[in-house]
Amino acid sequence: MSGSKKTFVITRFDPDRDEAPRQQSYEIEVDPRWKVLDALNHIKDEVDPSLSHRWSCRMAVCGSCGMMVDGKPSLTCKDSLADHGDTVEVAPLANFPVVRDLVVELEGFLDKLKQVKPWIIRAKERAVEEGTHRQSPAEHQEFKQFSMCINCMLCYSACPVVANEPDFLGPAAIALGHRYNLDSRDEGDHERQEVFRGEGSVFSCSYANECSEVCPKNVDPAAAVNQAKFRAVIDWATSFVVPRGGEG
Amino acid sequence: MLEIVEHDIVIVGGGGAGLRAAIAAVEADPAASVAMISKVYPMRSHTVSAEGGAAAVAREDDNFEMHGYDTVKGSDFLGDQDVIQYFVEQAPRELTRLEHWGCPWSRNEDGSVATRAFGGMSTKRTWYAADKVGFHMLHALFQHSLRFDRIVRYDEQFVTKLVVVDGAVRGVVALDVREGNMRLFLGRAVILTTGGAGKIFPFTTNGNIKTGDGMALAYREGVALKDMEFVQYHPTGLPGTGILITEGTRGEGAYLKNGRGERFLIEYDHGVGHKAELGPRDMISRAIIREMEAGRGVESEWGLVVHLDLTHIGEERIMSKLPMVRELCQIYVHVDPVHEPIPVRPVVHYMMGGVDVDIDGATSLPGLYAAGETACASLNGANRLGSNSLTECLVFGARAGQHAIAFAKGSSGANQSACQDIAEQESARIESLRARKGGSERIAGLRAEMHHSMETGCGVYREQDSMDDTVRKTTELRERYAALKLEDDSRVFNTELIAALELGNMLLVAEAVAVSASHRHESRGAHARRDQPTRDDQNFLYHTLCHWDSGGPRLDRKDVTLGKWEPEERKY
Repeated sequence: MSGSKKTFVITRFDPDRDEAPRQQSYEIEVDPRWKVLDALNHIKDEVDPSLSHRWSCRMAVCGSCGMMVDGKPSLTCKDSLADHGDTVEVAPLANFPVVRDLVVELEGFLDKLKQVKPWIIRAKERAVEEGTHRQSPAEHQEFKQFSMCINCMLCYSACPVVANEPDFLGPAAIALGHRYNLDSRDEGDHERQEVFRGEGSVFSCSYANECSEVCPKNVDPAAAVNQAKFRAVIDWATSFVVPRGGEG
Repeated sequence: MLEIVEHDIVIVGGGGAGLRAAIAAVEADPAASVAMISKVYPMRSHTVSAEGGAAAVAREDDNFEMHGYDTVKGSDFLGDQDVIQYFVEQAPRELTRLEHWGCPWSRNEDGSVATRAFGGMSTKRTWYAADKVGFHMLHALFQHSLRFDRIVRYDEQFVTKLVVVDGAVRGVVALDVREGNMRLFLGRAVILTTGGAGKIFPFTTNGNIKTGDGMALAYREGVALKDMEFVQYHPTGLPGTGILITEGTRGEGAYLKNGRGERFLIEYDHGVGHKAELGPRDMISRAIIREMEAGRGVESEWGLVVHLDLTHIGEERIMSKLPMVRELCQIYVHVDPVHEPIPVRPVVHYMMGGVDVDIDGATSLPGLYAAGETACASLNGANRLGSNSLTECLVFGARAGQHAIAFAKGSSGANQSACQDIAEQESARIESLRARKGGSERIAGLRAEMHHSMETGCGVYREQDSMDDTVRKTTELRERYAALKLEDDSRVFNTELIAALELGNMLLVAEAVAVSASHRHESRGAHARRDQPTRDDQNFLYHTLCHWDSGGPRLDRKDVTLGKWEPEERKY
């Protein structure tokens, strides 16, 4: 296949040297079969070794290479150059502090993830000798979609609430908390509802649906947030009617 | 200023084996403090890319004896049988634990865990979560690990050196990628769980981060790398990218076809007999190469391939069992496997070799442990069976975690000033590399030469002359590395510096692979020589040990632990 030229306008920022982000252009020969990430790697290897970006699996599952491409959140290893024009703008994911160039700060997300207790909670731990839980294909199907999140952060970048309210738990963390609430093996629903009912949680969502539109794995976090809202209301309402044994 | 932090044990690598080790350590001793250092974030670890499944006896028609024999035979009798015995017995317990921790294993109608067929396994014993098993296992482990406050994560920190004082490991020195500063981690035991080294080859399923870091760290301190000549080529990688197409496709009934549309594993004698598509990886990769050489490959825009045909499986089954395969094919080769065959060719996938460890994960250096693909416990011998390695991460990750914490409890603290001296020297070395001026060798240039040489000399089929060339070339590249040219002297997130350190690790590992290969004058498992086509148990039924000694590799031997299964001809 014959190559063609494209210009990449990349947002650069080195906190030790730059007062503000700047744009740098690279015109390179590209293979039309390339993804956006292939072009960035080519620039890094052959043109400008100082360009900083994260990547690893190049098969859309490790979640490292999320960036803004032509103004939209994109998983760059999945995003074909053929779908872009002769000039491609690449910038760090929106709504995150920038560490350097195309690398953003993820610590906030990891704190949020921990808040939703994304693990199986049971009143009594099951012993290995008891074997696996029985879980029907239908029960498995209940939460499966929400377990597909690769933590790529595209949804935070698209979310209008995150933009205004940085402490908002956000689509991925809520979807993952909700995923455990829907899992037949889990008994931690009530614990997580307390988190979901708190400030900056499910009720902050304005249901703009942007998160689900950009999700590269079709997790549909907007549906998770909406379902979590509903359950949080039910849980809150029933807490007045049904006393919870032993939980004070 | 060098920052110093102290934990009971330090784990380097946050993938399947590292996370399992960390959880095992805090379960064994809830007061234990565990540092988990990853050069990425744990959920980015390459475990995430594993697809097809994890093996453990689950069905009534199966037993430990059968899983053990399959593994021994798959290893071409180079697996240690005590290790294999322990592995098969622990495997169901570990996969059950993961089920309790939320791993979304696919289910049978009655709610029990479903299993699928896999290459070289005599019955269905591969547990799966559709075709994203590594992804689900990794995220289940990572999310479960978040509940333990005693597991302290240090994300995006690149370990550059083990701290060895008075003949024992006392910690590690690491570069904080985000800040650019160095940190000394003191710990009374260290576990290496950094995964494999597929990136020493040009065409690999491995992600960018698989640069053999843990192998190089141990090797530099005099710990042997074992059986490095055994590199697994997975039969079915997508041409162009090398992206893995799981063996689970064949487990679900897919056919391999040549350019004439024939199921060549049946039509021609490639040695896999009645197993056909469910033969072991080494033999099927060789069969594909032979089909291509016989003029029966398929021409494609990426060069010669063969076809992996799923079209008879049907859309519904593909969508329930192999949805990611379909997605990957559509995105990366623009083929929909529901309607068309997938172009594939053999691709570097897995290192059977690694840091020489015993059944507890212990190395020859007191306090140093390793598990997962980084390690060579001799579970896999000369050829790993598909779906044994995810389980290996759990079984031997857990055991290394338990033994490391026990070792740490029984060990006194280190001479801290001696540790600090080592860390200061290492900081100075990294600082001078970062600030280096001049130099003539480009990272991408040396890497490309390494890739070419490894593919030429250590491919699916090997010969003495080309292996010897690769030994010379990798040694030359290692020497030329001293003149590396770096252009980025920034402190913050300097990925050129990381790439330089990774290249240094890869060159050491590549040389060890080539040297080990060039001295095994027989064909066994994945080490297939055209000039020595048969296995020679008389002279080569041993493990190769490769030591770093006086500035170069030195080879040694170690006995294979046999047991109830005597070596026999490997026929399927």
